Amino acid sequence: MSQKKQDFLARSKEFWNPGKTQDWIDMGVDLVIDRREGYYLFDMDGQRLIDMHLNGGTYNLGHRHPELVEVLKAGTERFDMGNHHFPALARVALAEALRATAPGPDFKYTAYASGGGEAIDIALKTARHANQKRRIVSIHKAYHGHTGLAVKAGDHRFSKLFLSEDTNDEFIHVKFNDLTAMEDALRGRDVAAVIMETIPATYGFPMPEEGYLPAVKALCEKYGALYIADEVQTGLMRTGEMWACTRYGVEPDIMVTGKGISGGMYPIACVLITEACGGWLKEDGFGHMSTMGGAELGCVVAMKTLEIVQRPESRSMGQYIADFLRAGLDDICAAFPDFFIGIRQHGLVMGLMFNDPEGAKPVMKRLYENGVWAIFSTLDPSVLQFKPGLLLSQADAEETLRRMAIAVEQAREDVMGNRRRMV
Amino acid sequence: MTAQQVEPLVDISNSDAARVGRAEMMLERARWAATVFERYDREATMAIVEAVAAKAHEHAAHFGEAVVAESGFGVAAHKKIKNELTAHPLVDFYRDQDFVNARVDEARKIVELPRPAGVIFALTPSTNPIATLHFKAILALMTRNAIVISPHPAVRESSVAAAHALCEAAVAAGAPEAVIQILEHPTIPMVEAFMHSPKTNLILATGGTPMVRAAYSSSNPAIGVGPGNAPVYVDATAEITKAARRIVDSKSFDNSVLCTNESVLITTQDIEKQLKIALKSAGAHICSDDEVERLRRFLFHPRGFNVGAIGRDASWIAGECGIRVPSSTRILVAPIGRIGVEEQLSREKLCPVLALHVAKSRDAAMTQARAVLRLTGAGHSAAIHCRDEAVIMRYSGMVEAYRVIVNAPCSQGAAGFATNLAPTFTIGTGYFGRSSIGENIGPQHLVHWTRIAHNSDKGEPFGEYHGLKREFRGPLAHAPADGVPGAGAAQSPRHAPQSPALDGASKDELRRLIAEELRDLLRK
Ligand SMILES: Cc1ncc(COP(=O)(O)O)c(C=O)c1O
Repeated sequence: MSQKKQDFLARSKEFWNPGKTQDWIDMGVDLVIDRREGYYLFDMDGQRLIDMHLNGGTYNLGHRHPELVEVLKAGTERFDMGNHHFPALARVALAEALRATAPGPDFKYTAYASGGGEAIDIALKTARHANQKRRIVSIHKAYHGHTGLAVKAGDHRFSKLFLSEDTNDEFIHVKFNDLTAMEDALRGRDVAAVIMETIPATYGFPMPEEGYLPAVKALCEKYGALYIADEVQTGLMRTGEMWACTRYGVEPDIMVTGKGISGGMYPIACVLITEACGGWLKEDGFGHMSTMGGAELGCVVAMKTLEIVQRPESRSMGQYIADFLRAGLDDICAAFPDFFIGIRQHGLVMGLMFNDPEGAKPVMKRLYENGVWAIFSTLDPSVLQFKPGLLLSQADAEETLRRMAIAVEQAREDVMGNRRRMV
Repeated sequence: MTAQQVEPLVDISNSDAARVGRAEMMLERARWAATVFERYDREATMAIVEAVAAKAHEHAAHFGEAVVAESGFGVAAHKKIKNELTAHPLVDFYRDQDFVNARVDEARKIVELPRPAGVIFALTPSTNPIATLHFKAILALMTRNAIVISPHPAVRESSVAAAHALCEAAVAAGAPEAVIQILEHPTIPMVEAFMHSPKTNLILATGGTPMVRAAYSSSNPAIGVGPGNAPVYVDATAEITKAARRIVDSKSFDNSVLCTNESVLITTQDIEKQLKIALKSAGAHICSDDEVERLRRFLFHPRGFNVGAIGRDASWIAGECGIRVPSSTRILVAPIGRIGVEEQLSREKLCPVLALHVAKSRDAAMTQARAVLRLTGAGHSAAIHCRDEAVIMRYSGMVEAYRVIVNAPCSQGAAGFATNLAPTFTIGTGYFGRSSIGENIGPQHLVHWTRIAHNSDKGEPFGEYHGLKREFRGPLAHAPADGVPGAGAAQSPRHAPQSPALDGASKDELRRLIAEELRDLLRK
């Protein structure tokens, strides 16, 4: 590590976040991202990393995508964030564009937030208003962000710290892929909404079993609950369709998109709301307010993002990338079957499973040393989140696999020692 | 309604970023297709080629008409013939050549592995739009390349529809998705973005000189071909009636939009009269001095050739010039006294107007033929009608053309359709014509070979390569979409599609059809 970086990290501890800064150093990832371009990150000491984390899909189209940079620059000639009290050109234009992509014909309005967590809060508030009930059901180990309601819907790891966990029995957590538990939670007909990450990211992308999500939706209908799809990580063509819930045959009542919709260029998150759920927007349109929510520059960038992901090239590249990486990962899996034990995959959403409760951490570290950045799953560190970009080049995909094979072998040795492979 | 249809508030479509962005997405998609295509064996490759040729043949007539309707020029029936020639006969010509497997040369102790170019960016012209599109797409498929086509804007709609149809046929036969793509809204800045992109491996440029020069200036490998302006010399030893008929047939074919058509007819005084009579009886109208002047003024504007005349028929042009001709007139012959910069009519004319120059002697005729190509069309084509081999040799050594067509229609002959040259819609104009290749462009130009070269010392063994097969993994299996009904489990790799076996009878039938097509062409 250069002296310059050491000095910088000291300042980071001094002024920003000592715990987080130190934790990364302890995990062997002394990354300070400086320059970034396409799917490359450059550490401040110059090391290049291929980005397979994408900040949860934020950089689905790559870093500083030239068309997004251009549209943002051009946008500043006319717009700024705007005044959130008034009808605004860019906000309405984006809402119209989103409606055209919505995962069902009943969608009507878009409400705006400045980030995913706030958008989740809006979604939960919208459901409570529409249903005039309070309870929210989410998945055990769910992750929906850190704002007031979102953090309660998520794992306790993040709410307890701040004495912000639910104490009124309003937030119920049930096991993923467990329909009995879901039905038990809904039976009382006192649930406003079930909120579902279509594929739970921070939990390591366990995949919904066949029929699970449509059955949850059916249970919602049966017991008068609404279905909220959190598409923050899974949307925007990452599973081969605009929204992953469509792939599973679910038409939600409310849908949240964030991260990638901003193109990583200007913060914005959006809540798509069906006509039936949008009552508060008529009853009291000032009900939720956020100065930076739906900033017009963000809307301008988001419209371009939507246009790009809907090009025919995006869909087919996503397919090629998913197929090619899978074939290569299968080979690596076959070479280290006692350590690299499985692949969860839906398109570009992938979780790589390792034979150790914390196995993804050494893999992350070794990948980092080998020029690839992918992150472990906070709520299940045996799984590495592997999230290639929608427009990844063939050369970078091949390069990633080559580095991956080396890193997995090294990580296996870290974890299992020199034990002979059982091939 | 999709998001694209929502009016963008901030329009960046006219920025470099937008153009480069779009180009790179298409090119990278092509790169993916090419990467997968390289995994295919020859059988799977040829099955795709055959399927695409069949589709090309099937829609040949439709697109012949569509293109004439869209561009307003050419002859639909002739376009059909060209569109068909670039289907099965093209595949047939190269059927025995293998651009997939290794070549083993025991004597030289060298093994050669074909390596596809990868991503080809191909321009297609307005004059032979569908035939060129067929041609380039099929060549690319034979060599396991992916291709992105940029059509001439004048025939955009037909070209887009044809390319989509070919791609669909290719994919249905097992080709990687998007192996053929087409730029739906070609503009000059957009084409430049494609040409300059490092994601383009090879540019195949057919079209106007500015496009070809742009291709060569792009910093990417390019095969660009220059314009034609073929001189045709009728020697005193020629069979004059036959020569005249072939020239009129060739010159009227598709109203002369093939760049290989005869442009300036040169002959000598001793046979002038006879030749003119023969031309007339073959359907030519020989213009008077006054008519020649009208033609000149109509065809050549101060800023160049009148594009409105391209591919129009002889009686239409005559009508525009106020020249009275019978409606059966097939070509207009314009006698000119000299050749060179002073005489516009000695330039390329993509319409059935043929300049006629009578030289004093055989030597003078050859000097004039050379001058025609000095003016424009260097490296392209020339023709001669003659029965003296020594004269043919001399003529061919003099003119700066890389193909000299003997006693045959030049339009078709130079393109390999009435001669045994390689059938092509891209004529290499070589060094004379500022191009990298001097022969008719074929699949061999879309691959390079990795040469495995052993020690030439006799003591070092070469080894046994003949039994070895290259490893072809075939198409990629689709990645699973866990939890989606029917897509949950990883499929085992699909097997590369097998080419349907052609039995002997259908092979014969195929050959018969091809022979018939070619004979038809010659009769016209
Ligand atoms: C599925 C999901 N929902 C919501 C959020 C919260 O988004 P934000 O961090 O923008 O508040 C995240 C962030 O990681 C997420 O992964």
